[in-house]
Amino acid sequence: MSFIVDRVIPALNDGLIMSLALIVPSSTIGFVLGVCTGVARVFGPRWLRSLGNAFTTLFRGVPLVVQLMILYFGLPNLGIYLEPYAASVIGFILCTGAYQSEYVRGALLSIKQGQIKAASALGFTRLQTILWIVAPQAARRALPGCGNEIIYLIKYSSLAYVISCIELTGEAKILVSRTFRPTEVYLAAGVYYLVMVSAATWILHKLEERFAVPGFCGAKK
Amino acid sequence: MTELLLAKLSVILDALPYILEGTLVTILTVAGSLALGFVVGVPMAVLEVYGPRWSRCLIRTYVWFFRGMPILLLLFLFYFGLFELIGLNLSTIAASCLVLGMASAAYQSQIFRGSIQSLPAGQLRAALALGMRESEGILYIVLPQALRLSIPGWSNEFSILLKDSAMCFVLGTPEIMARTHFVASRTYEHLALYLTAGVLYFCITLVGVSLLRCLERKVRIPGYASVNGSF
Amino acid sequence: MTVSLSPVLSARHISVNLGGKQILDDVSIDVSPGELKVLIGPSGAGKSTFLQCLNFLIPPDTGIISLESHEIDAKNPRALSLYRRQVGMIFQDFNLFDHLTAVDNVAIALRKVAGLSRDEARRRAMAELDRVGLSQKSGLYPAELSGGQKQRVAIARALAMDPKVMLLDEPTSALDPELVGEVLAVIRDLAAGGMTMIMATHQMDFAQALATEILFMEQGRIIEQGSPAELLAPGSGTRTGDFCRRLLDAAPAAAKD
Repeated sequence: MSFIVDRVIPALNDGLIMSLALIVPSSTIGFVLGVCTGVARVFGPRWLRSLGNAFTTLFRGVPLVVQLMILYFGLPNLGIYLEPYAASVIGFILCTGAYQSEYVRGALLSIKQGQIKAASALGFTRLQTILWIVAPQAARRALPGCGNEIIYLIKYSSLAYVISCIELTGEAKILVSRTFRPTEVYLAAGVYYLVMVSAATWILHKLEERFAVPGFCGAKK
Repeated sequence: MTELLLAKLSVILDALPYILEGTLVTILTVAGSLALGFVVGVPMAVLEVYGPRWSRCLIRTYVWFFRGMPILLLLFLFYFGLFELIGLNLSTIAASCLVLGMASAAYQSQIFRGSIQSLPAGQLRAALALGMRESEGILYIVLPQALRLSIPGWSNEFSILLKDSAMCFVLGTPEIMARTHFVASRTYEHLALYLTAGVLYFCITLVGVSLLRCLERKVRIPGYASVNGSF
Repeated sequence: MTVSLSPVLSARHISVNLGGKQILDDVSIDVSPGELKVLIGPSGAGKSTFLQCLNFLIPPDTGIISLESHEIDAKNPRALSLYRRQVGMIFQDFNLFDHLTAVDNVAIALRKVAGLSRDEARRRAMAELDRVGLSQKSGLYPAELSGGQKQRVAIARALAMDPKVMLLDEPTSALDPELVGEVLAVIRDLAAGGMTMIMATHQMDFAQALATEILFMEQGRIIEQGSPAELLAPGSGTRTGDFCRRLLDAAPAAAKD
């Protein structure tokens, strides 16, 4: 027990701070990127749509580990050197942005044509229609997917360890190599992740409840 | 310039047979864990929907644990910790299959549960009315329908597992990533080699997803729509 | 036609071609204040397209639309928005905004398009809901309303903008038979109050009783027009009369309600 309190928790707390420093900016910027890409893939001109589709297919088709490896170990071949932290955040943003854009796109496409027609018939301009009719509906539809994506990012932030950005998993790994007590240390690290994931799930659930509209995208009547 | 490119090309070509061998290991790992996840996930889903209270709690805890943990950490925890603790001595491939499979069972059980719950309740009731026992109704009526509905989600799970399998190189599993990493650290052609690995994963995903789409078409029942899956 | 009855809404030579198919072929209409014009005809005749053209929801390929003798320039977003505010539209499938309550459905255009304050918009919206008999349901979402209630909210939403003309695109055809009456009652009140309307419908009893003029459409053209008395008189031998009799024969129960 004293092993956990004296050695494991302080090390993992350091790791937690690094993990949060990875997750928070990556998920926010990645979300913004996803919204922009998703909107571009639905409303953009042809070339932009193709570009957005290519970006999404590419980054969703290749494992995140490979993307991180390319950013951290590959780019120096072109004379571009990234710090582990920078490489991790860039990799997370690009990958999560690609996934987020898929949810945003799906949500935008799911809006019925009649809603837009009704708004036009009332005299809404295109911008007003998007702002007051399309966006509130799309946001509700995209919320579960986008929230889940953030939860995924919490877990996949552990991959930063692979390119030597020492966060929770990395701290745990180092501690194990010093103490040779893998089960306790990794389980303890697991508890940190479980708490983060459970908290995020709970918040997402509350948000969904808060914005639920009867009869709208699976909400209960 | 062309010479430089040719040199890079020859590095890739030299390494390709070695990396391609890793493709087999990757496919084996993915197939193994997908199968394990299926075999465990289906009964879990059935128990979660129809089982007694205690089994539901047990399954929810299992799902909560495996879905709340990063795959990387699970690999470390089981391979270096728990497996050794219980005296299980596994090859890296077997260990990768087992860990990914246990995690996948958690994810797959939720796919199947969703499908089962989306079926109209009248299906099982009609089976019971014909004199089937509940277990027979589930086996012959509910599952054949639910599994068909699950194919898109399952195809999604396949591409997630394929990408997750790239993490198994941390255990030394000789799959695509481990081999790419090995060659790259000797030739210093990281960029070219990792891009090659990326292309490989991309191709396997495409092939796998289109195979699953074929399967979906093959077992389709008219008038039985399912949500479109994508990778 | 006397000078005082100059048309509120006038459409001249409207043609629409979608994907090589001539949906509307040189259709014209003039509506004077207080008139109720009823469009009838088989499905696919172009009634719905024509109504949506009048609001530029489907831009006509050729033709001129004018409101109170002012030609509408649909290329100008500001002019288009202003025009649409003055022309209310009721859809077959209601198209209530799914994420807003009944009162917010009515209030949102008042706030965002007409620029009313939140309180003013709400007060006005409640008054409009009251007018269609739904002030009790103001807090409910579209999914919690019956079809007839949804369509009445849609009518309130259009009325709130003080339209000079209302376009009604088969307002009762998506409704269960027992709910048709409540919507027709609201429309009847509007007609009695002098609202100018163009309505596509299959409700022949209603058309016969209230229409100032019936326009029979087929294959994108108006092929007959006249007062109900002229077109529906027994033995008149009109296409309209023929069509109505077939409607009654084919589905006596459906045509009744």
